[in-house]
Amino acid sequence: MAATFFGEVVKAPCRAGTEDEEEEEEGRRETPEDREVRLQLARKREVRLLRRQTKTSLEVSLLEKYPCSKFIIAIGNNAVAFLSSFVMNSGVWEEVGCAKLWNEWCRTTDTTHLSSTEAFCVFYHLKSNPSVFLCQCSCYVAEDQQYQWLEKNMQITILTCRHVTDYKTSESTGSLPSPFLRALKTQNFKDSACCPLLEQPNIVHDLPAAVLSYCQVWKIPAILYLCYTDVMKLDLITVEAFKPILSTRSLKGLVKNIPQSTEILKKLMTTNEIQSNIYT
Amino acid sequence: MFVPCGESAPDLAGFTLLMPAVSVGNVGQLAMDLIISTLNMSKIGYFYTDCLVPMVGNNPYATTEGNSTELSINAEVYSLPSRKLVALQLRSIFIKPFCEKLLSWVKSSGCARVIVLSSSHSYQRNDLQLRSTPFRYLLTPSMQKSVQNKIKSLNWEEMEKSRCIPEIDDSEFCIRIPGGGITKTLYDESCSKEIQMAVLLKFVSEGDNIPDALGLVEYLNEWLQILKPLSDDPTVSASRWKIPSSWRLLFGSGLPPALF
Repeated sequence: MAATFFGEVVKAPCRAGTEDEEEEEEGRRETPEDREVRLQLARKREVRLLRRQTKTSLEVSLLEKYPCSKFIIAIGNNAVAFLSSFVMNSGVWEEVGCAKLWNEWCRTTDTTHLSSTEAFCVFYHLKSNPSVFLCQCSCYVAEDQQYQWLEKNMQITILTCRHVTDYKTSESTGSLPSPFLRALKTQNFKDSACCPLLEQPNIVHDLPAAVLSYCQVWKIPAILYLCYTDVMKLDLITVEAFKPILSTRSLKGLVKNIPQSTEILKKLMTTNEIQSNIYT
Repeated sequence: MFVPCGESAPDLAGFTLLMPAVSVGNVGQLAMDLIISTLNMSKIGYFYTDCLVPMVGNNPYATTEGNSTELSINAEVYSLPSRKLVALQLRSIFIKPFCEKLLSWVKSSGCARVIVLSSSHSYQRNDLQLRSTPFRYLLTPSMQKSVQNKIKSLNWEEMEKSRCIPEIDDSEFCIRIPGGGITKTLYDESCSKEIQMAVLLKFVSEGDNIPDALGLVEYLNEWLQILKPLSDDPTVSASRWKIPSSWRLLFGSGLPPALF
């Protein structure tokens, strides 16, 4: 038991996670109906690959179908806005498929989303060089779905954001110059990052961690660029904090007109601002 | 599944495997950190599984800038061949049943025996347990045959059986490890699969569990003698275990000066 700041006494969460003894007993009490519900829920939570235009599923895993030399993934609305404005507007990108998923978080997805209100992670490849892939993921991918996602044989770049209070430092987080970038790279990624590497004892979890873990274990060169910000909704300053990545090899050749991209980014922000008026 | 760092899987025949249970206060995991850090064990592979929440970070045992940029994931295997020790560190919680996958790797790896470091809720102790040492051990039958005499000579307390359903007076007695995560399952499965397993645990509460972790490694050390035996000076005990750099800022970032 523990006391909160407001003087209530609450049951402190146990870091052991599940109390396995209780779970075992529940397992023994599970009726066929419970089992059916559980299986249905598991089926509902499956990550499915499909072609959005035809709504047909992609049986073959995306990257087995198309060879891949570069894979850039944006996770979260600020990272997605950055790639949309700076990279997707500099070339012709063709949608090759998407990962559709449902979880308790996506069910209540914010309707001011940039893309469709359904939960998709969309995959594109560059028409002029089809081995370059990009993925825009603005929905929440739950822990049990994160592993269903992954593949092989290329260089991977991941972009995402975290709240600055997640960043551990001996200074107070209030004094940090947010937004700022940090990077984590796998052993096989030999290039240098355009920002400092993430210092101990900081860690990353969720989908970016699942992707990076996969790459580290299977010796794929990969780098994660993490933007720590104090504004988690779509924000111009946060998106612009990703700009140093434009000069790295990850995005080399994929970005053409930066001033035009900046204009596109500003327009994206304006559209979003109107929708976020609390009186509408 | 186990994925080696190098080209081929290392030979672990005859090794002692140390592993934590994700349990109250994370004491087992903290104790594993101390062992890996103090013995400067080398990473030999990953336990890649979808049963654990994904997480990554830079080398938690970094000592210099040079070795601080190696990526670590949620389940990694370290070894010290000179002492025939192999350590599995788990850094996140379970999202799926994990015991079977883990034990099948243990069997196939050729490890001679497994020692699980764990903990249990201190508030669940009965009167006798409250008055005795907070450390307990458990041995599977196959382990008992090989180490019973050694354990007897250490005068350790075996984990007592308690009422299976505490609220019911005439309930049967069985081994219960509340707050121990998968410890009980691992123990039961190892008994039936005839795996030589020992469980070492401490009764703890959530909070600053560093002293509990230090206590648990000293308890393990009485048996395995990883470090030289403890002298009478209690201050020596804490300093001989190397605190890893990842233990910095365990309770959050610095405070804003404006507070004061």
